[in-house]
Amino acid sequence: MRAKFVVGGAVIALALTYMIYAGVTQSAVYFVTPAELRASAVAGKAYRLGGMVLLGSLRWEPRTLDLHFTLGDGTAIVPVRHKGTPPDLFGEGRGAVVEGTWSADGYFRASLILAKHSEEYKAPHGASQAGYKELLRTLKGEGR
Amino acid sequence: MTSRERALGWLAGLGLTAGLVMAFGVAPREATQGNVQRIMYLHVPAILVAYLAFGVVLVASVIYLWGRAAGADRLAHASAEVGVVFTGINIATGAIWGKPTWGTWWTWDARLTSVSIMFVIYLGYLLLRAMIEDRERAARFAAVLGIVAALDIPLVHFSVYWWRTLHQPPTLLRPGSPPMDPTFVLALMVNLAAFMLLYGYFTAKRVRLLRQEEEVFA
Repeated sequence: MRAKFVVGGAVIALALTYMIYAGVTQSAVYFVTPAELRASAVAGKAYRLGGMVLLGSLRWEPRTLDLHFTLGDGTAIVPVRHKGTPPDLFGEGRGAVVEGTWSADGYFRASLILAKHSEEYKAPHGASQAGYKELLRTLKGEGR
Repeated sequence: MTSRERALGWLAGLGLTAGLVMAFGVAPREATQGNVQRIMYLHVPAILVAYLAFGVVLVASVIYLWGRAAGADRLAHASAEVGVVFTGINIATGAIWGKPTWGTWWTWDARLTSVSIMFVIYLGYLLLRAMIEDRERAARFAAVLGIVAALDIPLVHFSVYWWRTLHQPPTLLRPGSPPMDPTFVLALMVNLAAFMLLYGYFTAKRVRLLRQEEEVFA
Protein backbone atom coordinates (compact mmCIF):
# COMPACT_ATOMS: atom_id res chain seq x y z
CA MET A 1 0.00 0.00 0.00
CA ARG A 2 2.70 2.46 1.06
CA ALA A 3 4.96 1.37 -1.82
CA LYS A 4 2.11 1.85 -4.30
CA PHE A 5 1.58 5.35 -2.99
CA VAL A 6 5.27 6.24 -3.17
CA VAL A 7 5.69 4.86 -6.70
CA GLY A 8 2.52 6.57 -7.93
CA GLY A 9 3.52 9.84 -6.34
CA ALA A 10 7.01 9.63 -7.82
CA VAL A 11 5.63 8.96 -11.30
CA ILE A 12 3.32 11.97 -11.06
CA ALA A 13 6.08 14.18 -9.66
CA LEU A 14 8.50 13.12 -12.40
CA ALA A 15 5.94 13.65 -15.14
CA LEU A 16 5.11 17.10 -13.78
CA THR A 17 8.75 18.09 -13.42
CA TYR A 18 9.47 17.00 -16.96
CA MET A 19 6.44 18.84 -18.34
CA ILE A 20 7.33 22.03 -16.50
CA TYR A 21 10.98 21.73 -17.54
CA ALA A 22 10.10 21.06 -21.18
CA GLY A 23 7.46 23.77 -21.06
CA VAL A 24 9.71 26.45 -19.62
CA THR A 25 12.74 25.72 -21.78
CA GLN A 26 10.81 25.43 -25.02
CA SER A 27 7.82 27.66 -24.49
CA ALA A 28 9.18 30.51 -22.40
CA VAL A 29 10.26 31.98 -25.70
CA TYR A 30 7.86 30.19 -28.00
CA PHE A 31 9.21 32.06 -31.02
CA VAL A 32 11.93 34.60 -31.83
CA THR A 33 11.16 37.82 -33.67
CA PRO A 34 12.83 38.74 -36.98
CA ALA A 35 15.00 41.31 -35.14
CA GLU A 36 16.18 38.67 -32.64
CA LEU A 37 16.89 36.19 -35.44
CA ARG A 38 18.86 38.80 -37.39
CA ALA A 39 20.90 39.62 -34.28
CA SER A 40 22.14 36.06 -33.79
CA ALA A 41 21.26 33.81 -36.69
CA VAL A 42 23.17 30.55 -36.95
CA ALA A 43 22.89 28.79 -40.32
CA GLY A 44 21.37 25.33 -40.05
CA LYS A 45 20.02 25.90 -36.55
CA ALA A 46 16.32 25.27 -35.91
CA TYR A 47 14.17 28.23 -34.89
CA ARG A 48 10.58 29.15 -34.42
CA LEU A 49 10.12 32.56 -35.99
CA GLY A 50 7.08 34.78 -35.43
CA GLY A 51 6.02 38.04 -37.06
CA MET A 52 3.61 39.72 -39.39
CA VAL A 53 3.35 38.63 -43.02
CA LEU A 54 4.25 41.88 -44.81
CA LEU A 55 1.72 43.29 -47.25
CA GLY A 56 2.63 42.58 -50.86
CA SER A 57 5.29 40.02 -49.94
CA LEU A 58 3.26 36.83 -50.38
CA ARG A 59 3.86 34.74 -53.49
CA TRP A 60 2.20 31.35 -53.82
CA GLU A 61 2.68 28.94 -56.70
CA PRO A 62 -0.09 26.31 -56.49
CA ARG A 63 1.55 24.04 -59.10
CA THR A 64 4.86 23.64 -57.33
CA LEU A 65 3.53 24.50 -53.82
CA ASP A 66 6.27 27.10 -53.49
CA LEU A 67 5.33 29.67 -50.86
CA HIS A 68 7.47 32.79 -50.47
CA PHE A 69 6.79 35.65 -48.07
CA THR A 70 8.47 38.07 -45.70
CA LEU A 71 7.99 38.19 -41.93
CA GLY A 72 8.52 41.53 -40.18
CA ASP A 73 8.29 42.93 -36.66
CA GLY A 74 8.61 46.66 -37.38
CA THR A 75 12.39 46.73 -37.01
CA ALA A 76 13.68 43.82 -39.09
CA ILE A 77 12.42 41.59 -41.89
CA VAL A 78 13.20 37.98 -42.78
CA PRO A 79 12.39 36.34 -46.14
CA VAL A 80 10.76 32.92 -45.70
CA ARG A 81 10.48 30.05 -48.15
CA HIS A 82 8.23 27.06 -47.70
CA LYS A 83 6.97 24.15 -49.74
CA GLY A 84 3.40 23.19 -48.96
CA THR A 85 -0.06 24.53 -48.30
CA PRO A 86 -0.52 27.19 -45.61
CA PRO A 87 -3.38 27.03 -43.05
CA ASP A 88 -6.66 28.80 -43.88
CA LEU A 89 -5.99 31.82 -41.68
CA PHE A 90 -2.55 32.49 -43.14
CA GLY A 91 -2.37 35.69 -45.16
CA GLU A 92 -0.80 39.09 -45.69
CA GLY A 93 -1.14 41.54 -42.81
CA ARG A 94 -1.70 38.73 -40.31
CA GLY A 95 0.52 37.11 -37.73
CA ALA A 96 2.31 33.84 -38.42
CA VAL A 97 4.76 31.56 -36.65
CA VAL A 98 7.03 29.39 -38.79
CA GLU A 99 9.27 26.48 -37.79
CA GLY A 100 12.42 25.77 -39.73
CA THR A 101 16.06 26.61 -40.14
CA TRP A 102 18.06 29.66 -41.09
CA SER A 103 19.78 29.13 -44.40
CA ALA A 104 23.28 30.43 -45.14
CA ASP A 105 21.86 31.93 -48.35
CA GLY A 106 20.02 34.59 -46.32
CA TYR A 107 16.51 33.24 -46.03
CA PHE A 108 14.49 31.16 -43.58
CA ARG A 109 13.57 27.68 -44.77
CA ALA A 110 10.26 26.87 -43.08
CA SER A 111 9.06 23.31 -42.59
CA LEU A 112 5.82 24.26 -40.79
CA ILE A 113 3.61 27.34 -41.10
CA LEU A 114 1.29 28.27 -38.23
CA ALA A 115 -1.21 31.12 -38.46
CA LYS A 116 -1.47 33.27 -35.35
CA HIS A 117 -4.96 34.44 -34.58
CA SER A 118 -5.90 37.71 -32.88
CA GLU A 119 -8.41 37.95 -30.03
CA GLU A 120 -10.78 39.96 -32.22
CA TYR A 121 -13.97 38.48 -33.62
CA LYS A 122 -16.00 40.28 -36.23
CA ALA A 123 -19.39 39.67 -37.75
CA PRO A 124 -19.49 39.56 -41.55
CA HIS A 125 -20.37 42.84 -43.20
CA GLY A 126 -23.86 43.50 -44.49
CA ALA A 127 -27.29 43.29 -42.93
CA SER A 128 -27.80 39.53 -43.38
CA GLN A 129 -26.92 38.67 -39.80
CA ALA A 130 -26.14 35.10 -40.70
CA GLY A 131 -28.00 32.67 -38.52
CA TYR A 132 -28.76 29.20 -39.77
CA LYS A 133 -29.35 30.21 -43.42
CA GLU A 134 -25.85 31.61 -43.61
CA LEU A 135 -24.53 28.52 -41.90
CA LEU A 136 -26.24 26.19 -44.38
CA ARG A 137 -25.03 28.29 -47.27
CA THR A 138 -21.41 28.16 -46.13
CA LEU A 139 -21.60 24.49 -45.24
CA LYS A 140 -22.68 23.78 -48.81
CA GLY A 141 -19.43 25.32 -49.88
CA GLU A 142 -20.69 28.58 -51.37
CA GLY A 143 -18.74 31.62 -50.32
CA ARG A 144 -16.06 31.33 -47.64
CA MET B 1 -32.45 12.16 -7.27
CA THR B 2 -33.53 15.08 -5.15
CA SER B 3 -35.93 17.68 -6.48
CA ARG B 4 -33.19 20.32 -6.37
CA GLU B 5 -30.95 18.18 -8.56
CA ARG B 6 -33.81 17.53 -10.96
CA ALA B 7 -34.48 21.26 -11.25
CA LEU B 8 -30.78 21.95 -11.90
CA GLY B 9 -30.70 19.23 -14.53
CA TRP B 10 -33.68 20.64 -16.37
CA LEU B 11 -32.30 24.17 -16.19
CA ALA B 12 -28.95 22.95 -17.54
CA GLY B 13 -30.74 21.12 -20.37
CA LEU B 14 -32.72 24.22 -21.25
CA GLY B 15 -29.59 26.35 -21.07
CA LEU B 16 -27.65 24.01 -23.35
CA THR B 17 -30.51 24.01 -25.87
CA ALA B 18 -30.58 27.81 -25.79
CA GLY B 19 -26.79 27.77 -26.13
CA LEU B 20 -26.99 25.59 -29.25
CA VAL B 21 -29.60 27.90 -30.77
CA MET B 22 -27.42 30.91 -29.97
CA ALA B 23 -24.24 29.31 -31.31
CA PHE B 24 -25.71 28.02 -34.57
CA GLY B 25 -28.86 30.02 -35.19
CA VAL B 26 -28.25 33.51 -33.86
CA ALA B 27 -24.51 34.20 -33.77
CA PRO B 28 -23.20 35.23 -37.18
CA ARG B 29 -20.43 33.47 -39.02
CA GLU B 30 -17.13 35.01 -38.00
CA ALA B 31 -15.62 37.12 -40.77
CA THR B 32 -12.07 35.73 -40.92
CA GLN B 33 -12.38 32.21 -39.48
CA GLY B 34 -15.73 31.14 -40.80
CA ASN B 35 -17.82 28.49 -39.08
CA VAL B 36 -14.83 26.98 -37.23
CA GLN B 37 -15.05 29.87 -34.79
CA ARG B 38 -18.29 28.40 -33.40
CA ILE B 39 -16.18 25.89 -31.47
CA MET B 40 -15.48 28.84 -29.17
CA TYR B 41 -18.96 28.46 -27.65
CA LEU B 42 -17.79 25.15 -26.18
CA HIS B 43 -14.10 25.89 -25.76
CA VAL B 44 -14.29 29.11 -23.73
CA PRO B 45 -17.17 28.20 -21.35
CA ALA B 46 -15.44 24.84 -20.72
CA ILE B 47 -12.24 26.43 -19.43
CA LEU B 48 -14.04 29.16 -17.47
CA VAL B 49 -16.14 26.51 -15.71
CA ALA B 50 -12.96 24.48 -15.09
CA TYR B 51 -11.44 27.56 -13.40
CA LEU B 52 -14.62 27.82 -11.33
CA ALA B 53 -14.50 24.11 -10.44
CA PHE B 54 -10.86 24.24 -9.33
CA GLY B 55 -11.56 27.48 -7.44
CA VAL B 56 -14.26 25.58 -5.54
CA VAL B 57 -11.71 22.81 -4.86
CA LEU B 58 -9.38 25.44 -3.37
CA VAL B 59 -12.02 27.01 -1.12
CA ALA B 60 -13.46 23.65 -0.03
CA SER B 61 -9.94 22.34 0.72
CA VAL B 62 -9.19 25.35 2.94
CA ILE B 63 -12.50 24.88 4.76
CA TYR B 64 -11.75 21.19 5.23
CA LEU B 65 -8.30 21.79 6.69
CA TRP B 66 -9.82 24.44 8.98
CA GLY B 67 -12.66 22.50 10.54
CA ARG B 68 -12.41 18.93 9.14
CA ALA B 69 -15.96 19.10 7.79
CA ALA B 70 -16.58 15.95 5.71
CA GLY B 71 -19.00 17.89 3.50
CA ALA B 72 -16.26 20.27 2.35
CA ASP B 73 -14.07 17.31 1.42
CA ARG B 74 -16.85 15.72 -0.63
CA LEU B 75 -17.45 19.03 -2.41
CA ALA B 76 -13.72 19.33 -3.26
CA HIS B 77 -13.67 15.75 -4.55
CA ALA B 78 -16.77 16.17 -6.73
CA SER B 79 -15.72 19.58 -8.05
CA ALA B 80 -12.27 18.31 -9.05
CA GLU B 81 -13.83 15.45 -11.03
CA VAL B 82 -16.13 17.79 -12.92
CA GLY B 83 -13.30 20.28 -13.46
CA VAL B 84 -11.12 17.59 -15.05
CA VAL B 85 -13.94 16.70 -17.47
CA PHE B 86 -14.36 20.34 -18.50
CA THR B 87 -10.58 20.81 -18.89
CA GLY B 88 -10.61 17.76 -21.16
CA ILE B 89 -13.43 19.26 -23.24
CA ASN B 90 -11.45 22.49 -23.48
CA ILE B 91 -8.27 20.73 -24.67
CA ALA B 92 -10.12 18.52 -27.19
CA THR B 93 -12.12 21.39 -28.72
CA GLY B 94 -8.97 23.53 -28.78
CA ALA B 95 -7.14 20.90 -30.81
CA ILE B 96 -10.07 20.55 -33.22
CA TRP B 97 -10.10 24.34 -33.65
CA GLY B 98 -6.33 24.61 -33.87
CA LYS B 99 -5.90 22.28 -36.84
CA PRO B 100 -7.86 24.36 -39.39
CA THR B 101 -6.99 27.79 -37.96
CA TRP B 102 -3.38 27.52 -36.78
CA GLY B 103 -2.45 24.56 -38.93
CA THR B 104 -1.60 22.22 -36.05
CA TRP B 105 -3.49 20.08 -33.52
CA TRP B 106 -1.00 20.81 -30.77
CA THR B 107 2.05 22.91 -30.02
CA TRP B 108 4.00 23.39 -26.79
CA ASP B 109 3.39 27.08 -26.26
CA ALA B 110 2.95 28.43 -22.73
CA ARG B 111 -0.87 28.37 -22.78
CA LEU B 112 -1.20 24.82 -24.09
CA THR B 113 1.58 23.60 -21.82
CA SER B 114 0.15 25.18 -18.68
CA VAL B 115 -3.36 23.93 -19.37
CA SER B 116 -2.09 20.38 -19.90
CA ILE B 117 -0.17 20.66 -16.62
CA MET B 118 -3.43 21.72 -14.97
CA PHE B 119 -5.19 18.68 -16.45
CA VAL B 120 -2.48 16.31 -15.18
CA ILE B 121 -2.27 17.92 -11.71
CA TYR B 122 -5.99 17.43 -11.08
CA LEU B 123 -5.88 13.91 -12.53
CA GLY B 124 -3.09 13.34 -10.00
CA TYR B 125 -5.33 14.82 -7.32
CA LEU B 126 -8.03 12.24 -8.11
CA LEU B 127 -5.42 9.44 -8.23
CA LEU B 128 -4.08 10.52 -4.83
CA ARG B 129 -7.57 10.34 -3.34
CA ALA B 130 -8.13 6.88 -4.81
CA MET B 131 -4.79 5.53 -3.63
CA ILE B 132 -5.08 6.26 0.07
CA GLU B 133 -7.47 3.93 1.84
CA ASP B 134 -7.80 5.77 5.11
CA ARG B 135 -10.60 8.26 4.48
CA GLU B 136 -9.36 10.96 6.82
CA ARG B 137 -5.78 10.83 5.54
CA ALA B 138 -6.91 10.86 1.90
CA ALA B 139 -8.99 13.96 2.60
CA ARG B 140 -6.10 15.71 4.37
CA PHE B 141 -3.53 15.00 1.64
CA ALA B 142 -6.00 15.88 -1.09
CA ALA B 143 -6.83 19.17 0.61
CA VAL B 144 -3.16 20.17 0.63
CA LEU B 145 -2.78 19.24 -3.06
CA GLY B 146 -6.08 20.98 -3.85
CA ILE B 147 -4.64 24.21 -2.45
CA VAL B 148 -1.21 23.92 -4.11
CA ALA B 149 -2.72 22.93 -7.48
CA ALA B 150 -4.75 26.15 -7.59
CA LEU B 151 -1.47 27.99 -8.28
CA ASP B 152 -1.79 26.74 -11.86
CA ILE B 153 -5.11 28.53 -12.48
CA PRO B 154 -3.56 32.05 -12.78
CA LEU B 155 -0.61 30.47 -14.61
CA VAL B 156 -2.96 29.19 -17.32
CA HIS B 157 -4.91 32.41 -17.57
CA PHE B 158 -1.97 34.83 -17.65
CA SER B 159 0.39 32.61 -19.67
CA VAL B 160 -0.62 34.45 -22.84
CA TYR B 161 0.54 37.73 -21.27
CA TRP B 162 3.66 36.47 -19.49
CA TRP B 163 5.16 34.57 -22.41
CA ARG B 164 5.07 34.74 -26.18
CA THR B 165 2.50 32.20 -27.26
CA LEU B 166 0.76 31.01 -30.37
CA HIS B 167 -2.53 31.19 -28.49
CA GLN B 168 -4.21 34.59 -28.66
CA PRO B 169 -4.88 36.66 -25.49
CA PRO B 170 -8.29 36.33 -23.83
CA THR B 171 -11.24 38.07 -25.45
CA LEU B 172 -13.67 37.89 -22.55
CA LEU B 173 -11.81 37.90 -19.21
CA ARG B 174 -9.72 41.04 -19.65
CA PRO B 175 -9.84 44.73 -18.77
CA GLY B 176 -12.02 46.81 -21.09
CA SER B 177 -14.85 45.71 -23.33
CA PRO B 178 -14.33 42.57 -25.44
CA PRO B 179 -13.10 43.27 -29.01
CA MET B 180 -15.95 41.24 -30.30
CA ASP B 181 -19.31 41.69 -31.95
CA PRO B 182 -22.04 41.89 -29.21
CA THR B 183 -23.92 38.91 -30.67
CA PHE B 184 -20.85 36.70 -30.16
CA VAL B 185 -20.58 37.91 -26.56
CA LEU B 186 -24.27 37.16 -25.93
CA ALA B 187 -23.95 33.65 -27.40
CA LEU B 188 -20.87 33.05 -25.24
CA MET B 189 -22.68 34.27 -22.12
CA VAL B 190 -25.68 32.00 -22.72
CA ASN B 191 -23.38 29.02 -23.16
CA LEU B 192 -21.34 30.00 -20.11
CA ALA B 193 -24.51 30.16 -18.00
CA ALA B 194 -25.59 26.76 -19.35
CA PHE B 195 -22.18 25.24 -18.54
CA MET B 196 -22.33 26.66 -15.02
CA LEU B 197 -25.73 25.05 -14.48
CA LEU B 198 -24.33 21.81 -15.84
CA TYR B 199 -21.40 22.10 -13.43
CA GLY B 200 -23.83 22.65 -10.55
CA TYR B 201 -25.89 19.66 -11.61
CA PHE B 202 -22.92 17.27 -11.96
CA THR B 203 -21.34 18.45 -8.73
CA ALA B 204 -24.54 18.22 -6.68
CA LYS B 205 -25.12 14.72 -7.99
CA ARG B 206 -21.56 13.59 -7.25
CA VAL B 207 -21.59 15.09 -3.75
CA ARG B 208 -24.78 13.15 -2.96
CA LEU B 209 -23.36 9.92 -4.41
CA LEU B 210 -20.13 10.32 -2.41
CA ARG B 211 -22.17 10.82 0.77
CA GLN B 212 -24.29 7.76 0.04
CA GLU B 213 -21.16 5.71 -0.69
CA GLU B 214 -19.79 6.66 2.69
CA GLU B 215 -23.06 5.74 4.40
CA VAL B 216 -23.07 2.35 2.72
CA PHE B 217 -19.46 1.52 3.55
CA ALA B 218 -19.51 3.06 7.03
